[in-house]
Amino acid sequence: MPRLSYLEAGKLALAEEMRRDPLVWAVGEDLGRGGVFGQYRGLAEEFGPARISDAPISESCIMGAAVGAAMMGTRPVVEMRFSDFALCAVDELVNQAAKARYMFGGQSHVPLVVREPIGIWRSSAAQHSQSLEAWYAHIPGLVVVVPSTPADNRALLKAAIRCDDPVVYMEHKNLWALEGEVPEAAEPGELGKARVVRAGGDVTIVSWSAAVHTCAAAAESLAGAGIEAEVLDLRTLWPWDREAVLASVERSGRLLVVQEAVSVAGFGAEIAASVAEALHGALKAPVRRLGAPRIPISYAPPLEDKVRVTEAMVVEAVRSMTAAAA
Amino acid sequence: MATSQQGGGSAARSKTAAKSAPKAPLKAPQKAQRKTRAGGGAKGRSAVTRAAERKEHPVERLAERAKAEDRALLIKLYEDMLLIRRFEEKAGQMYGMGLIGGFCHLYIGQEAVVVGMQSALADASDAVVTSYRDHGHMLATGMEAKGVMAELTGRRGGYSKGKGGSMHMFSRERKFFGGHGIVGAQVPIGTGVAFAMKYLEEPGLCVTYLGDGAVNQGQVYESFNMAALWKIPVIYVIENNKYGMGTATARAAANSQELYHRGQAYGIPGLQVDGMDVLAVRHAGQEVIEQVRAGKGPYIMEMQTYRYRGHSMSDPAKYRSKEEVQRMRSEHDPIDRLRQMLLQEGHADEAALKEIDKRVKEIVTDAAEFAQNSPEPDPSELWTDVYTAAE
Repeated sequence: MPRLSYLEAGKLALAEEMRRDPLVWAVGEDLGRGGVFGQYRGLAEEFGPARISDAPISESCIMGAAVGAAMMGTRPVVEMRFSDFALCAVDELVNQAAKARYMFGGQSHVPLVVREPIGIWRSSAAQHSQSLEAWYAHIPGLVVVVPSTPADNRALLKAAIRCDDPVVYMEHKNLWALEGEVPEAAEPGELGKARVVRAGGDVTIVSWSAAVHTCAAAAESLAGAGIEAEVLDLRTLWPWDREAVLASVERSGRLLVVQEAVSVAGFGAEIAASVAEALHGALKAPVRRLGAPRIPISYAPPLEDKVRVTEAMVVEAVRSMTAAAA
Repeated sequence: MATSQQGGGSAARSKTAAKSAPKAPLKAPQKAQRKTRAGGGAKGRSAVTRAAERKEHPVERLAERAKAEDRALLIKLYEDMLLIRRFEEKAGQMYGMGLIGGFCHLYIGQEAVVVGMQSALADASDAVVTSYRDHGHMLATGMEAKGVMAELTGRRGGYSKGKGGSMHMFSRERKFFGGHGIVGAQVPIGTGVAFAMKYLEEPGLCVTYLGDGAVNQGQVYESFNMAALWKIPVIYVIENNKYGMGTATARAAANSQELYHRGQAYGIPGLQVDGMDVLAVRHAGQEVIEQVRAGKGPYIMEMQTYRYRGHSMSDPAKYRSKEEVQRMRSEHDPIDRLRQMLLQEGHADEAALKEIDKRVKEIVTDAAEFAQNSPEPDPSELWTDVYTAAE
């Protein structure tokens, strides 16, 4: 099985889909030179400037034009560079793309993918670091994908491109260099299926995107102390794998949700509430959430670090949950 | 063609398209229009104003322009405008009766704009997109009155099965890309529709309608830049009906007399047209369409028009005087003007026009009846069309 970086896996997925389907094209700022993180490097050479389209810095127009082009039957992949920048195009995404199919009674559909890199990364400060996945999970009509591994970045980006609904595809900037095995088979993944990162029966840890790796590391240290944690990587937040989460928590009796995003009104709250509603009687400990405090992200590393959820925090939370039940 | 590397499409497309472009423009419209290229500092005054200064009678101007047209076309323009007028009057009436709810923006007064433009398109590959004041555009693209009216009443037989209402309808078949409720949102969408035509190497262009209010929205200028940069085949038709909701254009737009100049910085040519004169619109449209089909990129047309009713049915329009509205209705009405001209020039007699009135009335009555008898949506519709994957 070849090893690829998260970045290369995403690039491979796009290239494969563009080779397969001439209706797939990409548009965004700086794509011609390979994208701001290099995730499009070499694609302009292979596909030409018409299909790897360098756009002016005009996020609303890029997104709006992609909506129109998708309504015409093409399949645009829209690059927003940072999820923070994509806020300039929220009207086009939320009011137009997400609603077109419904409000036109099924006469129109908008098969576009919006790539919005998220997350805290190298002192990027308040306007280049946000994780805004919950905003989009809140909007009917949008699919939200948050891959955490190279294999998933390839499989899920392919699935997103083939999806006939608008997909908000959020890659984590801190994962670009992460290497991992990527299966030879070029099949798209399935949207809405969680991945069991590690099996265990004492506690269920639900996470997504980069935070999954923090949880996996924490689970390893907990195992050393005799606590077996099951780590689930949701992979997509809409649709989200409610069944897998409920089944796991039913077995373990404990739920910890870990997210990099601000905890307040984050997607973790939806998971916590769903579990509390469905499994109240089966819970051995109160549901816990870990996430960022509700403050903007700082520039200075010591301050930036303060909003990160760390392995130690996950370990501590699980210890307190399992101790409470003992 | 574009020398820019971006944007896709092919030179071949525009060459082919140019063959089917309409004949060269006529002399008449040039008199009543102002045109500018980027950098052209011509002082613009509306065709309406200039005509008034010359004391030229609008009906005479119509008659002059009509010389280039055959009778059947003139009659069709009249009938198409009348259909919109009667349809909108009926919609207003049904709104008053509580049969239509929500927001309902009537097009009365502006009929010549969309009918004139649509008559100039005459190509099935061309697309149209507009805002929420969309009933007239839908009828002009050939969408059925029944389906539009049934959407207004929120019934199963409506274009959106009752899920969209007045502001949100779409027809793949008629290449009508919606009805959009956010001011200016349709502008990048229309730009993208036209971009996709280039990308797919399909012929055609997209006529993107926007109001005088929308010209102050930011994404409009992002669209102008992108369309000009990539030579996208899009025509931006600004329907300047003089009020953005309750605010007079002059109070909201800088240099409000010359909205057709708004693309100047991007090198987009602009044209100001008497939007109450259906033939002025048609002829200007033909000229512009020829340019855009030839691959020269976008064009801006400012239609000087007027809406007789409030912004929506819930707007009593107290921000303007009754006299102003009355003056526009009596002196500039696009349908009355054409009617007078048809009679005066012998293109039609009273009996023929009565026949048209009757035909239009029947279509509207049938539509109203259908819209009231079509069943309400089934509750199961609530969950359909949200995601394709779920179905």
